[in-house]
Amino acid sequence: MLGLLGIKLGQTRVYDDKGILRPVTVVLAGPNRVLQCKTQESDGYNAVQLGFDDQKEQRVTKPLLGHIKKHNGVAVKKIQEFRDFTLAVKPGDVIGATVFAKGDFVDAIGVTKGRGFEGVMKRHNFRGGDASHGSKGWRRRPGAIGQRLFPGTVMRGMRMPGHMGQVKRTVQSLEVIQVREAENLLLIFGAIPGAKGDYVVIRESKKHPKVAATSK
Amino acid sequence: MNQALLDKIESEQYRKQAVDFSVGDSVKVHTKVVEGDKERIQVFSGVVIGRRGRGLNSTFTVRRISYGEGVERIFPVNSPRVEKVEVERKGSVRRAKLTYLRKRLGKGATLVKEKETRQVKKGAAAPKAAPKAAPKAAAAPVATPAA
Repeated sequence: MLGLLGIKLGQTRVYDDKGILRPVTVVLAGPNRVLQCKTQESDGYNAVQLGFDDQKEQRVTKPLLGHIKKHNGVAVKKIQEFRDFTLAVKPGDVIGATVFAKGDFVDAIGVTKGRGFEGVMKRHNFRGGDASHGSKGWRRRPGAIGQRLFPGTVMRGMRMPGHMGQVKRTVQSLEVIQVREAENLLLIFGAIPGAKGDYVVIRESKKHPKVAATSK
Repeated sequence: MNQALLDKIESEQYRKQAVDFSVGDSVKVHTKVVEGDKERIQVFSGVVIGRRGRGLNSTFTVRRISYGEGVERIFPVNSPRVEKVEVERKGSVRRAKLTYLRKRLGKGATLVKEKETRQVKKGAAAPKAAPKAAPKAAAAPVATPAA
């Protein structure tokens, strides 16, 4: 399982080789610093810790700085662990967008934009009431939420107004359209959860894993 | 900084040599068409009846009369599939969008010089008459008001 930490920069469009215009999300995906490499023997499972977004040392808590220093890393804002990392890395390594290649499929994990307290039309795509035909005060309401004396209760999971957004979401199987090594950028087809400037995790696709994912 | 990176990505896709034409011009658009595994050039000629968008998103619309039927095609200005845009004749128009051409029949539909169209309307009954002859009449914009 390959993965990277990144920052969503925004969306644009690019022409691919066939001259087709494709919408992409631009993700700044590096430098990712390898911190700790966990192994089956020492930790009970295989994983790689990646740090991203370099930071002044004084801004990092001392316990965290100690951990970083132990694996001769650089102070970073964000740390993420990836299980069974297919790339052979050791602490202190720097990896970036080139982990992925053009044509690979990735999953993008991010925190969606917060919407606050929202009604059922926006939150659950209810259709609301009629706009005309004499309707009054019943345009964005959810309608009935139950039946009669039997069952006498509102069913569990009934969709109602409430807080929307700001939850972790994964978008699966997005194609990598372009890898820009110089700027450490990944251009990924389509939309990715989160606002501009938010952290995102770009992971090798679970449904379309890299065929010969090893050497690099 | 982020926007600068996005702008850079976009600017890389711009056409190396900017196409030079304006609304009202009669143009030949050379497009690359892939058939099977062969690539060939297809030419679409007509009148530019509008441009819209800016930057990478800009497109232009070309209208022509094909077998008596009006056909419009929208091309992205910066598409690599648009090989080149040849200007056959400069048009002189007073509007940014020539949607009024859609209502016209016959020669008037392929002409862009507004004053000229009135003269040609007499011959509007012949729809498929060669439009090549008409452009020559419109090519002299200064001479027409005097006449």
